[in-house]
Amino acid sequence: MNTPSNLKYAKTDEWVKLDGSIATIGVSDYAQDQLSDIVFIEFNRETDDKVSKGDALATIESVKAAGDVNSPVSGKVLEVNEGLSDIPETINDDPYEKGWLYKIEVSDPSEMDELMDAAAYEKYCEGRH
Amino acid sequence: MTEPTVYELSSPGRVGIEYAHLDVPPSELPDAFMREELPLPELSELDVVRHFTHLSQLNYSIDGGFYPLGSCTMKYNPRINEVTARMPGFLKVHPLQPIETVQGSLVVMYLLQETLKEITGFSAITLQPAAGAHGELVGSLIMRAYHRSRGDMKRTKVLVPDSAHGTNPATSSMAGFTPVNVPSDARGNVDIEKLRELCDDTLAGLMLTNPNTLGLFDEHVLEVIDIVHQAGGLVYGDGANLNALLGVTRPGDLGFDIMHINLHKTFSTPHGGGGPGSGPVAVAAHLADFLPDPVVGILEEATDELPPLYGFVHPPQSIGRIKSFHGHFGIIVRALTYIMMQGPEGLRAVAEHAVLNANYLMELLKQDYTLPYDRDCMHEFVLEGVWPDAEGVHALDVAKRLMDYGMHPPTNYFPLIVNEALMIEPTETESKQTLDVFVDAMKKIAKEAHEQPELLHEAPHNTPIGRLDEVKAAKDLVLCCWRPEE
Repeated sequence: MNTPSNLKYAKTDEWVKLDGSIATIGVSDYAQDQLSDIVFIEFNRETDDKVSKGDALATIESVKAAGDVNSPVSGKVLEVNEGLSDIPETINDDPYEKGWLYKIEVSDPSEMDELMDAAAYEKYCEGRH
Repeated sequence: MTEPTVYELSSPGRVGIEYAHLDVPPSELPDAFMREELPLPELSELDVVRHFTHLSQLNYSIDGGFYPLGSCTMKYNPRINEVTARMPGFLKVHPLQPIETVQGSLVVMYLLQETLKEITGFSAITLQPAAGAHGELVGSLIMRAYHRSRGDMKRTKVLVPDSAHGTNPATSSMAGFTPVNVPSDARGNVDIEKLRELCDDTLAGLMLTNPNTLGLFDEHVLEVIDIVHQAGGLVYGDGANLNALLGVTRPGDLGFDIMHINLHKTFSTPHGGGGPGSGPVAVAAHLADFLPDPVVGILEEATDELPPLYGFVHPPQSIGRIKSFHGHFGIIVRALTYIMMQGPEGLRAVAEHAVLNANYLMELLKQDYTLPYDRDCMHEFVLEGVWPDAEGVHALDVAKRLMDYGMHPPTNYFPLIVNEALMIEPTETESKQTLDVFVDAMKKIAKEAHEQPELLHEAPHNTPIGRLDEVKAAKDLVLCCWRPEE
């Protein structure tokens, strides 16, 4: 399991990278591995949409299951990685770089403190089996 | 694929039927209806018979072998069901006939309504829904109509445990509710404390599958129902797993308000590609007025000279018609046949043997597979198809390998709360010999997973086609082999 140490993680398996006030959001390597081959992604939000922590941002469907991606932060959508709609398997191949989903301008940076660091997330994932 | 399509078998000019010689002047089709090309396949009757016979021989069915597909109750469908469903009196009626001419068919529907009410402990029922998920939608619409009739418009939340069928949250969304997940506790029951936290005055109801998809009977079912009722919500029972309860307990007596019944699972009518399904919805007395319109009832009571007159009655606050005519009538005949054949003792024996068979398999297989919720199961149980010391082997590989042993795979990757789930439901119609053959195969596969994992990765080896490309199947849909642009 690949868990970069410069990211924060949510219990629902999203990762967040904060640069200034801009959060980049995706799903973790653990999540993509559990889902196995991803075949569809549907984005629920557009650029300039307001989002609250916990909102369902996207639905990802694999050959095994479908699941929601929940926003780990609140703020405004700056960019959607819409190219993934044609090649959703990018999330399997490269979950932390090319497989990012949203860039969000965060309204409350303190929400980041509620997320797990890499070590805590790894421990959390191990405890799920 | 070993069988070509009808288009590939087509030979120009070949026909299956020769029409009689034309003895009247021909009448030309209007130009507007003419087209240059219509690539229909051209085959003889024998070509067609062989083609579909070959396809049927490639198919796997309950008539061909063991089919432990969890939550689907793939029991044997007794042939007597087919005999009664094909009786001319049932086969040749039309739903628009005057009721005086179809009294026999109406009696069948009335009797099935009455027997299902008796079996489940509910007060009223509709036979209209076309299948289980359709029944869920009808039940959810009844839930909505009930709250609206009381002017209670703020109830928009439906609770769905994480051990429920996947259709439950989908159905409540479709009916306009917001589904909210309730977690399970360590024993696989609804987490009572979490349930209490979620119950407030926006609660429309709870959709509870009991036994749940882990094959476990909720040990606090009465408390769960009471908590929801106290908050003003209704309790919907997903009756997909009713086979485990027949003649033992009645959901209506437990306090459920609404439940659908899968005739095609519990009452031995064809499914798994051979349907159609049928999903009657039963309700408690306070919801009877909301049932879909119409239901079968007695219009005139019997007299000394005449039998009762059966016909259609109209629930006063009905959610409306939800199916053309009166549901899948041929399935209704089959289900009633099965129930009459079993009788009360037979139905109870069905549940007892279904539970016994599942526990027998569970005890033998938990020696070789992880059983995450280890307590007596009902009609099915869920194993993990993965081992820490068999790297790279997944539930899907186990399922595919089972096909090489001549058996249908269990349901896999469901329920979601079990890692690499293999959900196994043997049903009551299998003998101990069949169960033992299955156990042998599963134990061999567990051994192979450790010693020869490539056998699993490349499975199935002995089927007409090998491992399917599931990604391509999901992404690259080609639903018609003839495309106009080609």
